[in-house]
Amino acid sequence: MQKITSFAKTHETIIQLVIITLIVFLAMSWASPRFLRYYNFESLAFIAPELGIISIAMMIAMLTGGIDLSVVGIANLSGILAGVFFLKVMPATPDASLAYAAIRLTLAVLIAMSTGLLAGTLNGLLISRLKITPILATLGTGQLFTGFAVVLTGGPAIVGFPPGWGFIGNGKLLGVPLPLLIFIVVALLIAFMLSRTSFGVKLMLIGTNPKAAVFAGLRNARMILFSYMLSGVLASMAGILLSGRTNAAKSDYGTSYLLQAVLVAVLGGTNPAGGRGSVLGVTIAVTALMLLSSGFQILRFSNHLIDFIWGAFLIAVIALNAYRARGR
Amino acid sequence: MPDAFIELRQATKRFAGVLALDKIDFTLNAGEIHCLAGENGSGKSTLIKLIAGVYRADGGEVRIGGRARPHLTPKEAIAAGVQVIYQDFSLFPNLKVAENLALNTLLHENRKTVAWSRVRELGRQALARLGIDIDLDAEVGSLSTAQRQLVAIARALMADVRLIIMDEPTTALTGREVDALFKIVRDIQAKGIAVLFVSHKMREMLEISERITVFRNGRKVAEGPTAEFDEASITRHMTGRDIDQSAFEWTGDTMAMPRLEVEGLAVPGIVEPTSFAIQAGEIVGLAGLLGAGRTELATALFGMRPDHEGEIRIDGVKVNPRSVEEAIEAGIAYVPEDRLTEGLFLTQSIERNFCASILDRLTRGLLLQSGQIREASLKTVDEMQVATPDVVRPVIQLSGGNAQRVLIGRWLLTGPKILILNGPTVGVDVGSKELIHKQLRALARERGLSILMISDDLPELVHNSNRILLMHKGAIVETLASASVNEDQLAAKLKALR
Amino acid sequence: MKRLLARSEVVIALILILAMIIIGLINPAFWNLENLFSLLRQNVVIGIMALGVLTVMISGGIDVSFPAFAVAAMYLTVRAMVGLGYEGVILPFIAATLIGLLLGLMNAFFIRTFKMIPLIVTLGTASIVRGLLNGVVGTSIVNIDRMPQSLIAFGRTVINLGGASLTVMLFIYLALAILVHLFLTRTMLGRSIYAYGGDPESASRVGFDTRKTIFVVYALAGALAGFAGLLHSSMSWLANPRDFIGLELDVIAAVVLGGASIFGGRGSVIGTLLGVFMLVMVKNSLIILGIETTWQLVAVGLIIIVATALTALRDRKKLGA
Repeated sequence: MQKITSFAKTHETIIQLVIITLIVFLAMSWASPRFLRYYNFESLAFIAPELGIISIAMMIAMLTGGIDLSVVGIANLSGILAGVFFLKVMPATPDASLAYAAIRLTLAVLIAMSTGLLAGTLNGLLISRLKITPILATLGTGQLFTGFAVVLTGGPAIVGFPPGWGFIGNGKLLGVPLPLLIFIVVALLIAFMLSRTSFGVKLMLIGTNPKAAVFAGLRNARMILFSYMLSGVLASMAGILLSGRTNAAKSDYGTSYLLQAVLVAVLGGTNPAGGRGSVLGVTIAVTALMLLSSGFQILRFSNHLIDFIWGAFLIAVIALNAYRARGR
Repeated sequence: MPDAFIELRQATKRFAGVLALDKIDFTLNAGEIHCLAGENGSGKSTLIKLIAGVYRADGGEVRIGGRARPHLTPKEAIAAGVQVIYQDFSLFPNLKVAENLALNTLLHENRKTVAWSRVRELGRQALARLGIDIDLDAEVGSLSTAQRQLVAIARALMADVRLIIMDEPTTALTGREVDALFKIVRDIQAKGIAVLFVSHKMREMLEISERITVFRNGRKVAEGPTAEFDEASITRHMTGRDIDQSAFEWTGDTMAMPRLEVEGLAVPGIVEPTSFAIQAGEIVGLAGLLGAGRTELATALFGMRPDHEGEIRIDGVKVNPRSVEEAIEAGIAYVPEDRLTEGLFLTQSIERNFCASILDRLTRGLLLQSGQIREASLKTVDEMQVATPDVVRPVIQLSGGNAQRVLIGRWLLTGPKILILNGPTVGVDVGSKELIHKQLRALARERGLSILMISDDLPELVHNSNRILLMHKGAIVETLASASVNEDQLAAKLKALR
Repeated sequence: MKRLLARSEVVIALILILAMIIIGLINPAFWNLENLFSLLRQNVVIGIMALGVLTVMISGGIDVSFPAFAVAAMYLTVRAMVGLGYEGVILPFIAATLIGLLLGLMNAFFIRTFKMIPLIVTLGTASIVRGLLNGVVGTSIVNIDRMPQSLIAFGRTVINLGGASLTVMLFIYLALAILVHLFLTRTMLGRSIYAYGGDPESASRVGFDTRKTIFVVYALAGALAGFAGLLHSSMSWLANPRDFIGLELDVIAAVVLGGASIFGGRGSVIGTLLGVFMLVMVKNSLIILGIETTWQLVAVGLIIIVATALTALRDRKKLGA
């Protein structure tokens, strides 16, 4: 019994979230019978992983008290560079062998993820070495990455990704949507990294008190650099999923993901001031929000009203947290 | 019967169910210098904030100038003539001196607009009243601590003030600056203004005040004219018991190879080439005025001054750490000055605070060894006598003394040969302080740890070290054997420096 | 001299002049009165919004909701005018300003009551307002033939100077700038914003009503955004309910370029005017410089990075000294 109460105490946010999610689920099932169809959940399993991975990237930046406003820019630029590679550098040949296609696909994935790594490195260097406030640094780089995306595409979307690329975003493995599998692997890896490796614990400590971390010999600058590199790579993975699912890449795709990622991270119990955050929280928060918006979509609410509901949800959760903090 | 300016009757204040002030009766007379003594958490600051209108009493009443003030706000307290100088001075670092000085008066007069000529005039007058000279156009953020305190005092003196409350005003001041401050306090009193002085430094209380009130655990435990108190009786009231004050003796071999040898260590512009040595098991004090370069010397030893010159040897081997990691590797540990901002990760668990500096050593492959972390933490909790039921609760739930012992524990886990402590018991209760001193002595005696202790607390230095290095303007100017010097002589030596 | 150079406004002005000289050397057409007037014209809307953002930043906050508020104020006002068949100028502008002000009060309420980081709150309120506007009121553009003629006529008001026409809206912008400048430097309320940005705790200890300060700050930002929104519509002769998306980045960038500190307590109207001009100039001079306009975002991103890097270096030097 004591164990249960102590679990309840340390995981209050998680429990609160699970309750919110259940309420959303029940309310939606009650409001529309179509909500409970298998098809609905399956389509969520294809869409939600993009936002889930971007939100984890955001959460990692927030762990050290930062923020990454460039995640969507990185995601789009990664997808576009992969597209440019497919179209210009290594175009499809009529007599393409399977090996050729596989190499082509692997290289494109590598290019996309290296883009994320480089972009994240730029963010990390600006923040940890030049000491620019994360919000301003990533605001600037976000424009920069989106800008490069515009320059590369000239505006319209890049289309013509090979089927293999589409498989990443639309395929199924053993009946399970591939994006969901990718998300699960990423989530497990990051969760493991945050709680069981010295890098993860150091990020939490740096976020809690950066000055004390310096005195404890934690090499803040290097750890912060690594954390933005990681969030860049994650953002590029989201870019791969996004371009794979839609079979297109454009400079202004997924712009609403930025707000949503911040919302999911905060909702999932991440402290924007640093030092606290968990993959489990983010995962549940993504689930709750995706259920919420798909439910409203089924109820024929417009996308705009769903934006409104997301915003209202964010404010409501903030209010709820403030209320709980006061009760203490 | 003198005229009471502040009267608290049965004042009570709770925070989330915890009683911070328990039915306090307190009287402060007009024009007197009154000292409020007590350990951290005894209720002193809560009392100040009640009088200043920052908090509102949950029970009882606060009377100012004979009138009950049930709904006191900061603005009304100021209007009633109460000014508080908080420890952090509450100045605006981004604004100029003149504006900082003028804001109070302008607010008091309920001004809606700002005439900059008037702001300058008010600022000039305020500085003139204290007889000091500071550039009115300088930004406050660019001033020294002592100058900022003067600005804060000058600001408090502006309106028709009747009481100035000073919260631990001498913490950041050098000996000479304390003398200057006391002179100002007496000048203020001569103008018929009362001063409420909050402190935990006995010597200062006895020197400056006319009456003393002592708090312990949210209750008033003693009050009376200063003449009725001495250091021992105040300590007894504050802690509820007597404190052991035996001296530390070191009986090692002075001819042995020193544990730490420093030769010509210098930090450009701050620390002059300095040489000294510490033997295994020695506790060496480092005394000096604020800005003498003590912290810089310590951080240079700790690898935070990669630009240092000279040679640092441990057991005869040159180490010269260029980063904190190298220093830890070489066996140097450093407990920083400000426990809260530089030391602890308050919202993180005790075990994470313990193991913060040895995370890499506790990693096998990619994995942190949580079993080892738990084991090491539990052992250190015992060793440092940290009062806690477990090691997973956040450090923020611990008292100051326990938190400081967690911090010292972290450094013991790194397996240090040399432990540098900067202000080891600042903000620690008298009772806890004694325990920390005992533990430091044991570490030196039993483990042969060499300890370098930086402190402004002279009794602490005299009682707990066998030698004291006197530092001034970046150089060590004298080495004293603790046995041959008492705290008054040490105080006199510090005062003579300039 | 040293003191003069230490003022960030002077440095910004010098950089601005240098940039103008360089652009002018590459293409002398830059100095055409028409080009300069067109640049100034494009300062107006962003500039008015920037005055609000400046105030928020001085208080130590940040606001990303003002574009949503601006578009809501603009679209609601114009739609109401169309619906009622009302023609006029003053009343609509008052209405738009009031709508912005009320929305700003909502920001202040959430920030103050829930003690939540302004960035997160304003992200939320922006989403709420835009979502409601587009979801409930609609997404159809009110174009030139349905736009109230009074607004179009007002937006077209120009004066002729040296053969080129300069929009009169510029003077409205400058008048507002002067008012905000006076408010920030000459009123106790304005000083309370600086004090709050410098140290919120101290501000309330000294006796400022910090609650009022926060409400005034966000209400002012909202009101200026509402006003600017309608002004934009009357200058562009249409009301697009999906306008201003992403504009917050430009405006914040301009204010930061103008020397305001994101940590609060620092910033000036003059600096902001210069920062806005700099941003608009760079964005719009790419063509003159012979660079394709697709590079616009890259240029803006680079400016933000370089400017913030420079201020970070400057602040670090100050701390080191």
